[in-house]
Amino acid sequence: MVNTGTIIYEPGSSANNKTGSWRVFKPILDKEKCVMCENCYIFCPEGCIQEKNGKFEIDYDYCKGCLICERECPVKAIKAEREEK
Amino acid sequence: MCEIKVITGTSAAAEAAKLADVDVIAAYPITPQTTCVEKLAEFVSNGELDAEYIKVESEHSAMSACIGSSAAGARTFTATSSQGLALMHEVLFSAAGMRVPIVMMNANRALSSPINIWNDQQDSLAERDSGWIQIYAEDNQEVLDSVIQAFKIAENENVLLPVMVNLDGFILTHTVEPVTLPKQENVLEFIGTYEPKHAYLDPKKPITQGALGDPNYYMETKYAIEMAMKNAEKVIVDVHDEFKEKFKRGYGNGLIECYNLEKAETVIVAMGSICGTIKDVIDAKKKEGKEIGLLKIRCFRPLPIEMIKDALKNAKNIAVLDKSISLGMNKGIVYVDVVSSLKNKKTVNYIVGLGGRDITFEDILEIYTDVETSEDGKTIWLGLKE
Repeated sequence: MVNTGTIIYEPGSSANNKTGSWRVFKPILDKEKCVMCENCYIFCPEGCIQEKNGKFEIDYDYCKGCLICERECPVKAIKAEREEK
Repeated sequence: MCEIKVITGTSAAAEAAKLADVDVIAAYPITPQTTCVEKLAEFVSNGELDAEYIKVESEHSAMSACIGSSAAGARTFTATSSQGLALMHEVLFSAAGMRVPIVMMNANRALSSPINIWNDQQDSLAERDSGWIQIYAEDNQEVLDSVIQAFKIAENENVLLPVMVNLDGFILTHTVEPVTLPKQENVLEFIGTYEPKHAYLDPKKPITQGALGDPNYYMETKYAIEMAMKNAEKVIVDVHDEFKEKFKRGYGNGLIECYNLEKAETVIVAMGSICGTIKDVIDAKKKEGKEIGLLKIRCFRPLPIEMIKDALKNAKNIAVLDKSISLGMNKGIVYVDVVSSLKNKKTVNYIVGLGGRDITFEDILEIYTDVETSEDGKTIWLGLKE
Protein backbone atom coordinates (compact mmCIF):
# COMPACT_ATOMS: atom_id res chain seq x y z
CA MET A 1 0.00 0.00 0.00
CA VAL A 2 2.80 2.42 0.93
CA ASN A 3 6.15 2.79 -0.85
CA THR A 4 9.32 2.62 1.23
CA GLY A 5 9.80 6.06 2.74
CA THR A 6 6.25 7.01 1.58
CA ILE A 7 7.77 8.26 -1.66
CA ILE A 8 5.34 9.30 -4.38
CA TYR A 9 6.67 8.33 -7.79
CA GLU A 10 3.82 9.61 -9.99
CA PRO A 11 2.89 13.27 -10.33
CA GLY A 12 -0.80 13.99 -9.84
CA SER A 13 -1.38 10.80 -7.89
CA SER A 14 -2.99 12.72 -5.04
CA ALA A 15 -6.26 12.49 -7.03
CA ASN A 16 -6.28 8.82 -5.97
CA ASN A 17 -6.66 9.87 -2.35
CA LYS A 18 -10.37 10.37 -1.89
CA THR A 19 -10.51 12.97 0.84
CA GLY A 20 -14.30 12.80 1.14
CA SER A 21 -13.85 10.41 4.07
CA TRP A 22 -12.78 13.37 6.22
CA ARG A 23 -16.28 14.85 6.04
CA VAL A 24 -18.55 15.23 9.06
CA PHE A 25 -21.18 17.41 7.33
CA LYS A 26 -22.31 16.90 3.79
CA PRO A 27 -23.50 19.86 1.66
CA ILE A 28 -26.67 19.04 -0.31
CA LEU A 29 -27.46 21.24 -3.30
CA ASP A 30 -31.09 21.88 -4.17
CA LYS A 31 -30.85 22.21 -7.94
CA GLU A 32 -34.35 23.74 -8.15
CA LYS A 33 -33.39 26.67 -5.90
CA CYS A 34 -29.95 27.15 -7.52
CA VAL A 35 -29.68 30.33 -9.64
CA MET A 36 -26.29 29.44 -11.16
CA CYS A 37 -24.58 32.48 -9.59
CA GLU A 38 -21.30 30.47 -9.36
CA ASN A 39 -20.57 31.66 -5.80
CA CYS A 40 -20.19 28.09 -4.50
CA TYR A 41 -17.99 27.21 -7.47
CA ILE A 42 -15.74 30.23 -6.81
CA PHE A 43 -15.47 29.75 -3.05
CA CYS A 44 -15.01 25.95 -2.89
CA PRO A 45 -11.39 25.58 -1.64
CA GLU A 46 -11.17 22.02 -2.94
CA GLY A 47 -12.47 22.69 -6.45
CA CYS A 48 -15.07 20.00 -6.08
CA ILE A 49 -18.08 21.96 -7.32
CA GLN A 50 -18.30 21.71 -11.09
CA GLU A 51 -20.86 22.61 -13.73
CA LYS A 52 -22.26 19.62 -15.53
CA ASN A 53 -25.07 19.81 -18.12
CA GLY A 54 -26.01 23.34 -17.08
CA LYS A 55 -26.25 22.51 -13.35
CA PHE A 56 -23.73 22.52 -10.51
CA GLU A 57 -22.73 19.23 -8.92
CA ILE A 58 -20.70 18.46 -5.81
CA ASP A 59 -18.00 15.79 -6.07
CA TYR A 60 -18.39 13.93 -2.79
CA ASP A 61 -15.21 11.88 -3.38
CA TYR A 62 -13.20 14.98 -2.51
CA CYS A 63 -15.56 17.33 -0.62
CA LYS A 64 -14.19 17.61 2.96
CA GLY A 65 -17.38 19.20 4.25
CA CYS A 66 -16.08 22.67 5.10
CA LEU A 67 -19.54 24.13 4.23
CA ILE A 68 -18.15 27.38 2.84
CA CYS A 69 -20.52 26.77 -0.10
CA GLU A 70 -23.50 26.67 2.25
CA ARG A 71 -22.46 29.96 3.84
CA GLU A 72 -21.79 31.72 0.54
CA CYS A 73 -24.95 30.63 -1.33
CA PRO A 74 -27.12 33.78 -1.60
CA VAL A 75 -30.34 31.82 -2.21
CA LYS A 76 -29.84 29.17 0.51
CA ALA A 77 -29.83 26.39 -2.05
CA ILE A 78 -27.18 24.42 -0.12
CA LYS A 79 -28.07 22.71 3.15
CA ALA A 80 -25.76 20.75 5.45
CA GLU A 81 -26.62 17.28 6.64
CA ARG A 82 -24.66 15.14 9.05
CA GLU A 83 -22.69 12.54 7.12
CA GLU A 84 -24.06 9.02 7.48
CA LYS A 85 -21.19 6.66 8.23
CA MET B 1 48.74 -3.72 5.94
CA CYS B 2 46.57 -2.09 8.55
CA GLU B 3 47.66 1.04 10.29
CA ILE B 4 47.53 1.41 14.07
CA LYS B 5 46.93 4.92 15.40
CA VAL B 6 46.54 6.06 18.98
CA ILE B 7 43.38 8.12 18.72
CA THR B 8 40.26 9.25 20.58
CA GLY B 9 36.79 7.82 20.05
CA THR B 10 35.63 10.90 18.12
CA SER B 11 38.65 10.60 15.83
CA ALA B 12 37.87 6.93 15.35
CA ALA B 13 34.35 7.87 14.22
CA ALA B 14 35.74 10.55 11.88
CA GLU B 15 38.29 8.12 10.43
CA ALA B 16 35.52 5.57 9.89
CA ALA B 17 33.39 8.12 8.02
CA LYS B 18 36.42 8.96 5.89
CA LEU B 19 37.11 5.28 5.20
CA ALA B 20 33.46 4.88 4.16
CA ASP B 21 34.02 7.74 1.71
CA VAL B 22 30.97 9.75 2.73
CA ASP B 23 29.60 12.26 0.24
CA VAL B 24 28.03 14.76 2.61
CA ILE B 25 28.66 15.79 6.21
CA ALA B 26 26.34 18.32 7.84
CA ALA B 27 27.16 18.98 11.46
CA TYR B 28 27.15 21.45 14.29
CA PRO B 29 29.77 21.25 17.02
CA ILE B 30 28.74 20.28 20.55
CA THR B 31 30.78 19.01 23.48
CA PRO B 32 31.99 16.23 23.57
CA GLN B 33 31.35 15.52 19.89
CA THR B 34 33.24 18.60 18.57
CA THR B 35 36.56 16.91 17.90
CA CYS B 36 34.83 14.48 15.52
CA VAL B 37 33.40 17.17 13.24
CA GLU B 38 36.61 19.20 13.53
CA LYS B 39 38.54 16.19 12.32
CA LEU B 40 36.14 15.71 9.41
CA ALA B 41 36.38 19.41 8.51
CA GLU B 42 40.16 18.96 8.47
CA PHE B 43 39.90 15.91 6.20
CA VAL B 44 37.70 17.82 3.76
CA SER B 45 39.82 20.99 3.80
CA ASN B 46 43.12 19.22 3.23
CA GLY B 47 41.71 17.12 0.43
CA GLU B 48 41.92 13.74 2.19
CA LEU B 49 38.17 13.33 1.91
CA ASP B 50 36.17 14.38 -1.15
CA ALA B 51 32.92 15.35 0.54
CA GLU B 52 30.55 18.28 0.84
CA TYR B 53 30.85 19.74 4.36
CA ILE B 54 27.76 21.76 5.23
CA LYS B 55 28.14 24.18 8.12
CA VAL B 56 24.74 24.68 9.70
CA GLU B 57 23.35 26.93 12.42
CA SER B 58 21.98 24.19 14.71
CA GLU B 59 21.57 20.45 15.11
CA HIS B 60 18.00 20.71 13.86
CA SER B 61 19.42 22.13 10.64
CA ALA B 62 22.23 19.55 10.61
CA MET B 63 19.80 16.65 10.62
CA SER B 64 17.50 18.42 8.14
CA ALA B 65 20.42 18.91 5.75
CA CYS B 66 21.41 15.27 6.24
CA ILE B 67 17.88 14.12 5.39
CA GLY B 68 17.99 16.26 2.24
CA SER B 69 21.35 14.94 1.13
CA SER B 70 20.52 11.33 1.89
CA ALA B 71 17.18 11.73 0.10
CA ALA B 72 19.15 13.00 -2.89
CA GLY B 73 21.09 9.74 -2.88
CA ALA B 74 24.32 10.76 -1.13
CA ARG B 75 26.09 8.76 1.58
CA THR B 76 25.64 11.01 4.59
CA PHE B 77 27.25 11.30 8.00
CA THR B 78 26.76 13.55 11.00
CA ALA B 79 27.65 13.60 14.67
CA THR B 80 26.03 15.06 17.74
CA SER B 81 25.57 14.78 21.48
CA SER B 82 23.03 15.38 24.25
CA GLN B 83 21.25 18.75 23.81
CA GLY B 84 22.12 18.60 20.12
CA LEU B 85 20.45 15.22 19.77
CA ALA B 86 17.47 16.55 21.70
CA LEU B 87 17.27 19.50 19.29
CA MET B 88 17.22 16.98 16.43
CA HIS B 89 14.33 15.08 18.06
CA GLU B 90 11.68 16.23 15.59
CA VAL B 91 13.74 15.47 12.48
CA LEU B 92 15.03 12.12 13.79
CA PHE B 93 11.52 10.79 13.28
CA SER B 94 11.41 12.29 9.78
CA ALA B 95 14.69 10.55 8.88
CA ALA B 96 13.37 7.17 10.00
CA GLY B 97 9.99 7.70 8.33
CA MET B 98 11.59 8.77 5.06
CA ARG B 99 13.84 5.69 5.33
CA VAL B 100 17.05 7.60 4.62
CA PRO B 101 20.17 5.62 5.62
CA ILE B 102 22.04 8.38 7.49
CA VAL B 103 24.80 7.32 9.88
CA MET B 104 25.32 9.43 12.98
CA MET B 105 27.83 9.31 15.79
CA ASN B 106 26.37 10.33 19.12
CA ALA B 107 28.61 11.16 22.06
CA ASN B 108 26.50 10.08 25.03
CA ARG B 109 26.13 12.96 27.45
CA ALA B 110 23.70 13.98 30.19
CA LEU B 111 20.76 16.27 29.44
CA SER B 112 20.08 19.59 31.19
CA SER B 113 19.23 20.82 33.66
CA PRO B 114 21.54 21.26 35.49
CA ILE B 115 23.91 21.84 32.57
CA ASN B 116 26.23 18.89 32.49
CA ILE B 117 28.66 17.92 29.76
CA TRP B 118 29.67 14.56 31.23
CA ASN B 119 28.63 11.07 30.29
CA ASP B 120 25.44 9.18 30.77
CA GLN B 121 23.17 7.57 28.17
CA GLN B 122 19.98 9.52 28.77
CA ASP B 123 20.23 11.43 25.47
CA SER B 124 20.15 8.52 23.03
CA LEU B 125 17.89 6.35 25.20
CA ALA B 126 15.32 9.15 25.20
CA GLU B 127 15.30 8.75 21.38
CA ARG B 128 14.83 4.99 21.46
CA ASP B 129 11.36 5.18 19.87
CA SER B 130 12.37 7.37 16.93
CA GLY B 131 12.95 4.49 14.51
CA TRP B 132 16.76 4.79 14.54
CA ILE B 133 18.94 1.74 14.91
CA GLN B 134 21.09 2.24 18.01
CA ILE B 135 24.50 0.65 18.53
CA TYR B 136 26.57 1.18 21.71
CA ALA B 137 30.36 0.85 21.57
CA GLU B 138 32.59 -0.36 24.39
CA ASP B 139 35.92 1.05 23.17
CA ASN B 140 37.39 3.20 20.40
CA GLN B 141 38.10 0.25 18.12
CA GLU B 142 34.46 -0.73 18.39
CA VAL B 143 33.47 2.86 17.53
CA LEU B 144 35.44 2.69 14.28
CA ASP B 145 34.20 -0.77 13.41
CA SER B 146 30.59 0.05 14.30
CA VAL B 147 30.51 3.18 12.13
CA ILE B 148 31.83 1.17 9.18
CA GLN B 149 29.26 -1.57 9.80
CA ALA B 150 26.53 1.06 10.30
CA PHE B 151 26.73 2.19 6.66
CA LYS B 152 26.32 -1.37 5.42
CA ILE B 153 23.41 -2.00 7.78
CA ALA B 154 21.64 1.30 7.05
CA GLU B 155 21.97 0.96 3.28
CA ASN B 156 20.76 -2.64 3.16
CA GLU B 157 17.66 -2.81 0.97
CA ASN B 158 15.74 -4.72 3.63
CA VAL B 159 16.58 -2.15 6.29
CA LEU B 160 16.94 1.41 4.93
CA LEU B 161 16.90 2.98 8.36
CA PRO B 162 19.22 5.57 9.91
CA VAL B 163 21.80 4.25 12.37
CA MET B 164 23.12 5.96 15.49
CA VAL B 165 26.48 4.76 16.83
CA ASN B 166 26.79 5.76 20.48
CA LEU B 167 29.96 6.16 22.46
CA ASP B 168 30.28 7.35 26.04
CA GLY B 169 31.16 11.05 26.23
CA PHE B 170 34.72 11.76 27.42
CA ILE B 171 35.22 8.16 28.57
CA LEU B 172 35.62 7.22 24.91
CA THR B 173 35.35 10.50 23.02
CA HIS B 174 38.40 12.05 24.68
CA THR B 175 40.43 9.01 25.68
CA VAL B 176 43.15 7.83 23.35
CA GLU B 177 43.50 4.14 22.61
CA PRO B 178 45.34 2.23 19.94
CA VAL B 179 42.92 1.74 17.05
CA THR B 180 43.57 -0.42 14.01
CA LEU B 181 42.58 1.38 10.83
CA PRO B 182 41.81 -0.91 7.92
CA LYS B 183 42.74 0.08 4.39
CA GLN B 184 40.14 2.17 2.62
CA GLU B 185 39.98 -0.13 -0.37
CA ASN B 186 39.08 -3.02 1.94
CA VAL B 187 36.46 -0.94 3.73
CA LEU B 188 34.87 0.17 0.47
CA GLU B 189 34.95 -3.38 -0.80
CA PHE B 190 33.13 -4.38 2.40
CA ILE B 191 30.47 -1.64 2.39
CA GLY B 192 30.11 -1.20 -1.35
CA THR B 193 28.93 1.99 -2.97
CA TYR B 194 25.55 3.37 -2.02
CA GLU B 195 23.17 2.93 -4.91
CA PRO B 196 19.88 4.36 -3.78
CA LYS B 197 16.88 2.72 -5.34
CA HIS B 198 13.99 4.25 -3.45
CA ALA B 199 15.15 7.83 -2.95
CA TYR B 200 17.40 9.88 -5.19
CA LEU B 201 17.31 13.04 -7.23
CA ASP B 202 16.76 12.60 -10.93
CA PRO B 203 15.22 15.48 -12.92
CA LYS B 204 13.96 12.96 -15.47
CA LYS B 205 12.06 11.05 -12.81
CA PRO B 206 10.67 13.59 -10.35
CA ILE B 207 9.39 12.16 -7.05
CA THR B 208 7.81 13.53 -3.90
CA GLN B 209 9.49 12.70 -0.60
CA GLY B 210 8.30 13.50 2.90
CA ALA B 211 4.69 14.00 1.79
CA LEU B 212 1.64 14.16 4.01
CA GLY B 213 0.49 10.76 5.21
CA ASP B 214 -3.13 11.01 6.27
CA PRO B 215 -4.85 8.49 8.57
CA ASN B 216 -5.26 6.21 5.53
CA TYR B 217 -1.50 5.68 5.31
CA TYR B 218 0.29 6.65 8.54
CA MET B 219 -0.09 3.40 10.47
CA GLU B 220 1.25 1.33 7.58
CA THR B 221 4.40 3.49 7.40
CA LYS B 222 5.10 2.88 11.08
CA TYR B 223 4.46 -0.84 10.66
CA ALA B 224 6.91 -0.84 7.73
CA ILE B 225 9.59 0.62 10.03
CA GLU B 226 8.86 -2.06 12.61
CA MET B 227 9.31 -4.74 9.91
CA ALA B 228 12.55 -3.08 8.78
CA MET B 229 13.76 -3.21 12.41
CA LYS B 230 12.93 -6.90 12.46
CA ASN B 231 14.94 -7.39 9.24
CA ALA B 232 17.77 -5.33 10.73
CA GLU B 233 18.32 -7.92 13.48
CA LYS B 234 19.43 -10.46 10.90
CA VAL B 235 21.28 -7.90 8.77
CA ILE B 236 23.27 -6.68 11.79
CA VAL B 237 24.36 -10.25 12.57
CA ASP B 238 25.25 -10.92 8.91
CA VAL B 239 27.17 -7.66 8.51
CA HIS B 240 29.01 -8.35 11.76
CA ASP B 241 29.90 -11.89 10.64
CA GLU B 242 31.18 -10.61 7.32
CA PHE B 243 33.18 -7.90 9.06
CA LYS B 244 34.67 -10.44 11.46
CA GLU B 245 35.64 -12.67 8.57
CA LYS B 246 37.28 -9.83 6.68
CA PHE B 247 38.89 -7.76 9.44
CA LYS B 248 39.33 -10.44 12.15
CA ARG B 249 37.56 -8.50 14.87
CA GLY B 250 34.18 -9.16 16.44
CA TYR B 251 31.83 -8.15 19.23
CA GLY B 252 29.70 -11.07 20.34
CA ASN B 253 27.24 -11.79 17.57
CA GLY B 254 26.86 -8.13 16.66
CA LEU B 255 23.68 -7.69 18.69
CA ILE B 256 24.76 -8.90 22.11
CA GLU B 257 28.02 -10.07 23.61
CA CYS B 258 28.10 -12.75 26.30
CA TYR B 259 31.06 -12.78 28.68
CA ASN B 260 31.38 -15.73 31.07
CA LEU B 261 27.64 -16.31 30.95
CA GLU B 262 27.46 -20.11 30.91
CA LYS B 263 28.52 -20.82 34.48
CA ALA B 264 27.42 -17.59 36.13
CA GLU B 265 24.31 -17.37 38.28
CA THR B 266 24.84 -13.66 38.79
CA VAL B 267 24.75 -11.68 35.58
CA ILE B 268 25.23 -7.98 34.94
CA VAL B 269 23.44 -6.45 31.94
CA ALA B 270 25.03 -3.25 30.63
CA MET B 271 25.82 -1.16 27.55
CA GLY B 272 28.81 0.88 26.42
CA SER B 273 32.21 1.57 27.96
CA ILE B 274 31.27 0.32 31.43
CA CYS B 275 31.38 -3.22 30.02
CA GLY B 276 35.19 -3.00 30.05
CA THR B 277 35.26 -2.41 33.81
CA ILE B 278 32.75 -5.21 34.33
CA LYS B 279 34.93 -7.62 32.37
CA ASP B 280 37.86 -6.71 34.64
CA VAL B 281 35.74 -7.46 37.71
CA ILE B 282 34.65 -10.77 36.19
CA ASP B 283 38.27 -11.76 35.50
CA ALA B 284 39.34 -10.81 39.04
CA LYS B 285 36.48 -12.74 40.62
CA LYS B 286 37.16 -15.75 38.42
CA LYS B 287 40.62 -16.02 40.02
CA GLU B 288 38.84 -16.28 43.38
CA GLY B 289 36.71 -19.09 41.95
CA LYS B 290 33.57 -16.96 41.68
CA GLU B 291 31.62 -16.74 38.46
CA ILE B 292 29.92 -13.54 37.32
CA GLY B 293 28.59 -13.02 33.83
CA LEU B 294 28.15 -10.01 31.59
CA LEU B 295 25.47 -9.57 28.98
CA LYS B 296 26.58 -6.62 26.91
CA ILE B 297 23.81 -5.14 24.80
CA ARG B 298 25.53 -3.81 21.70
CA CYS B 299 22.38 -3.14 19.74
CA PHE B 300 19.61 -1.49 21.74
CA ARG B 301 17.32 -0.89 18.76
CA PRO B 302 16.32 -3.32 17.40
CA LEU B 303 16.51 -5.00 20.81
CA PRO B 304 17.19 -8.73 20.31
CA ILE B 305 14.68 -9.85 22.93
CA GLU B 306 14.77 -13.57 22.13
CA MET B 307 18.57 -13.66 22.28
CA ILE B 308 18.56 -11.79 25.59
CA LYS B 309 16.00 -14.22 27.02
CA ASP B 310 18.09 -17.13 25.87
CA ALA B 311 21.35 -15.67 27.16
CA LEU B 312 19.83 -15.09 30.59
CA LYS B 313 18.09 -18.47 30.90
CA ASN B 314 20.55 -19.82 33.50
CA ALA B 315 20.90 -16.59 35.44
CA LYS B 316 19.47 -16.41 38.96
CA ASN B 317 20.34 -12.82 39.92
CA ILE B 318 20.27 -10.22 37.19
CA ALA B 319 21.65 -6.72 37.76
CA VAL B 320 20.71 -4.26 35.04
CA LEU B 321 22.95 -1.19 34.98
CA ASP B 322 21.40 1.98 33.66
CA LYS B 323 23.07 5.26 32.85
CA SER B 324 19.59 6.67 32.38
CA ILE B 325 16.47 7.18 34.42
CA SER B 326 12.81 7.24 33.42
CA LEU B 327 11.70 9.86 35.90
CA GLY B 328 8.40 9.20 37.60
CA MET B 329 8.86 5.46 37.27
CA ASN B 330 12.15 5.19 39.16
CA LYS B 331 13.52 2.69 36.65
CA GLY B 332 16.28 2.88 34.09
CA ILE B 333 15.31 2.64 30.42
CA VAL B 334 17.38 -0.48 29.69
CA TYR B 335 15.93 -2.22 32.74
CA VAL B 336 12.35 -1.58 31.66
CA ASP B 337 13.03 -2.94 28.16
CA VAL B 338 15.00 -6.00 29.23
CA VAL B 339 12.77 -7.02 32.13
CA SER B 340 9.59 -6.70 30.08
CA SER B 341 10.63 -9.91 28.31
CA LEU B 342 11.83 -11.89 31.34
CA LYS B 343 9.60 -13.99 33.54
CA ASN B 344 10.36 -15.60 36.89
CA LYS B 345 13.78 -14.00 37.10
CA LYS B 346 15.14 -11.91 39.92
CA THR B 347 16.16 -8.57 38.52
CA VAL B 348 17.55 -5.53 40.28
CA ASN B 349 18.01 -2.15 38.61
CA TYR B 350 21.08 -0.04 39.38
CA ILE B 351 21.04 3.60 38.35
CA VAL B 352 24.69 4.48 37.92
CA GLY B 353 26.93 7.23 36.66
CA LEU B 354 24.32 9.86 35.84
CA GLY B 355 25.90 13.12 34.69
CA GLY B 356 29.35 11.56 34.53
CA ARG B 357 29.74 10.24 38.08
CA ASP B 358 32.49 7.63 38.13
CA ILE B 359 31.57 3.97 38.10
CA THR B 360 34.53 2.18 39.61
CA PHE B 361 35.77 -1.38 39.87
CA GLU B 362 34.61 -1.30 43.50
CA ASP B 363 31.12 -0.15 42.48
CA ILE B 364 30.76 -3.18 40.22
CA LEU B 365 31.93 -5.44 43.08
CA GLU B 366 29.31 -3.85 45.31
CA ILE B 367 26.63 -4.49 42.68
CA TYR B 368 27.73 -8.13 42.47
CA THR B 369 27.27 -8.73 46.19
CA ASP B 370 24.20 -6.54 46.45
CA VAL B 371 22.24 -8.23 43.66
CA GLU B 372 22.45 -11.59 45.45
CA THR B 373 20.78 -10.21 48.57
CA SER B 374 18.52 -7.49 47.15
CA GLU B 375 14.84 -8.10 46.62
CA ASP B 376 13.39 -8.58 43.15
CA GLY B 377 12.38 -5.51 41.20
CA LYS B 378 14.22 -3.05 43.39
CA THR B 379 15.83 0.11 42.00
CA ILE B 380 19.07 1.23 43.61
CA TRP B 381 20.63 4.61 42.88
CA LEU B 382 24.23 3.61 43.41
CA GLY B 383 26.34 6.00 45.46
CA LEU B 384 23.61 8.57 45.98
CA LYS B 385 24.70 11.22 48.49
CA GLU B 386 22.49 12.19 51.43
